[in-house]
Amino acid sequence: MNLALRDIRHNLGRFLLTCFGLSLLLGVVLSMIGIYRGLVDDALVLARAPQADVWVVEAGTRGPFAEASRIPGDTREAIALSHGIAEAGAVTFQSVETQHRGRKLRLFVVGYEPGRPGGPAQVVAGRNITRSHYELVADRSSGLEIGDRVALGTSKYTVVGLTRNLVASGGDPVVFVTLKDSQELQFELSPSAARRELARGAAPSGTDTINAVVARAAHNVSPAQAAHMVARWKHLSTMTQLEQETVLTQSVVERARKQIGMFTAILLLVSAVIIALIIYTLTMDKMREIATLKLIGAPDRAIVGLIVQQSLAMGLIGFSFGALLIASLKDVFPRRVILNPEDGLLLALVVIMVCVVASGMGVRLALKVDPATALGS
Amino acid sequence: MNAVAPLIKLESISKHFGEGSTRVDALRDITLDIEPGSVVGLLGPSGSGKSTLLNAIGCIIEPTAGRMTLDGEVVYDNGWLRSDLRRLRLEKIGFIFQFHNLLPFLSVTDNVALVLQLAGYDDDDAKHRATQLLDYLEVGNRKQAYPANLSGGEAQRVAIARALANKPRIILADEPTAALDSQRAGIVMDLLGKVAKDQSAAILVVTHDEKIFSRFDVMFQLRDGQLSSDAA
Ligand SMILES: Nc1ncnc2c1ncn2[C@@H]1O[C@H](COP(=O)(O)OP(=O)(O)O)[C@@H](O)[C@H]1O
Ligand SMILES: [Mg+2]
Repeated sequence: MNLALRDIRHNLGRFLLTCFGLSLLLGVVLSMIGIYRGLVDDALVLARAPQADVWVVEAGTRGPFAEASRIPGDTREAIALSHGIAEAGAVTFQSVETQHRGRKLRLFVVGYEPGRPGGPAQVVAGRNITRSHYELVADRSSGLEIGDRVALGTSKYTVVGLTRNLVASGGDPVVFVTLKDSQELQFELSPSAARRELARGAAPSGTDTINAVVARAAHNVSPAQAAHMVARWKHLSTMTQLEQETVLTQSVVERARKQIGMFTAILLLVSAVIIALIIYTLTMDKMREIATLKLIGAPDRAIVGLIVQQSLAMGLIGFSFGALLIASLKDVFPRRVILNPEDGLLLALVVIMVCVVASGMGVRLALKVDPATALGS
Repeated sequence: MNAVAPLIKLESISKHFGEGSTRVDALRDITLDIEPGSVVGLLGPSGSGKSTLLNAIGCIIEPTAGRMTLDGEVVYDNGWLRSDLRRLRLEKIGFIFQFHNLLPFLSVTDNVALVLQLAGYDDDDAKHRATQLLDYLEVGNRKQAYPANLSGGEAQRVAIARALANKPRIILADEPTAALDSQRAGIVMDLLGKVAKDQSAAILVVTHDEKIFSRFDVMFQLRDGQLSSDAA
């Protein structure tokens, strides 16, 4: 007969309660790992959306996300005509705050040229922008629905399509509008001083400003080669997609990433200690039964089995419950929680290891216990 | 005197706890033979060393000096001669403890069957023999119960069933009838007497219980760790 199973069945309530506590703990660990993954991934989705090979930004900057970048609108044509470039699109980025259904809504507005790189990679509902004005593709996380009308600046925009999981590094939902609309919006929202200057008749071409050009390399040209070919303009800087992503993870979300990473590590450590303590006390509580087993002549193998099987069962049930719990709750989180199977597997391995080590400590004690201790009252 | 080799043979067994000012001499120079087929009573005031003697014979506590032979095998000679004392206990010795020591997470049947399974019986045989023993000890109606729900007398009878399960030739009992009424105490003693004859076992019983004195073939008296024999 399996002693571990018998003991679990006899103390089922207590066992399940302990498993439940463990599952909450491991659920928190898993969600923290998921939050970390989500943060890193969210930081990159916006930069990945244009599916670009090369980013062209203002000279001396690492824009447009890590640093401000402003370049003339006609840069796009020059880049598109460059050797090694297949196509290019002008893009703008700006944060806008608006109201929707009586609630404050912060959006990250991307202006792009329909038909050129820079637009949404995939529209999951509705359609892409087809008119040159006042249409908008929004991310689902904004809460906007197709057909909704939302005010950006002084104009009302109609939501025509939806994307999924597309947010800026700060977590604001991304919306796409045409480049023309976004430039208008930029002008409306720019500081009034600049606007006054413009009104006095200063160079009106100043409104045709963009933040970056995203370009795709021609067939048989590597992103690095393409970036090199367009690097000859003095007033521009170029970055490959990889460089852009590196800048994003290593500077834009670096602190947040380290912060959450650190917290996750601490949480993991604390959980390991708690699991070890639970299993250790579980074994200590059984010392009398273990001594009795020795009295009646049970071999070490039976005693080790009792302890190790039980702690493994506890760890695995706790982990599975916790994983289920977080898998079913992850969409309730305000930001994305990404549950990678590999992360789950790794955590499961850590839990198993902790269980084995902790029960190993218990086993050491159990094997040392004097059978005579069972004889006292 | 009988020419049969004793099942339990103690030669100058001593045991003390602690050293110096805290030293307690629980057993002093005990020499004793117990033959197969005999039921032996061990009497003595509280603290005289009865439990210590029983536990030393059961290889649960280690003596400090002397020589001990169980079933023809020298197991202690100023030190243990066997490393697998648990196996020895499983094969040769049945215990009936003062505090029953049943496993709380096993049913009555499984408490008895476990010993049999550890000794190599398969599941069905173990359950079958456990059931028979429990019926014989008149606790068959509590087979499915757990130890926490047994009365003192029931728990004691289950503990006896467990001690007898593997048909050991040495049975050690510490106050086995203390919690039983005289009728049940009589049944237990009958049973032990029958086991002694049938399995030609040696049975050593620590007791205060005058009701059962008449059941012993031999009685020994312990006083301050020293032995004096009383013919019953
Ligand atoms: N583990 C122990 N440590 C120290 N002293 C003990 C221990 N076990 C028993 N003793 C002492 O040994 C003596 C004999 O004890 P015990 O054999 O339990 O007596 P009895 O069973 O006859 O009442 C007592 O003085 C007791 O205090
Ligand atoms: Mg005693």
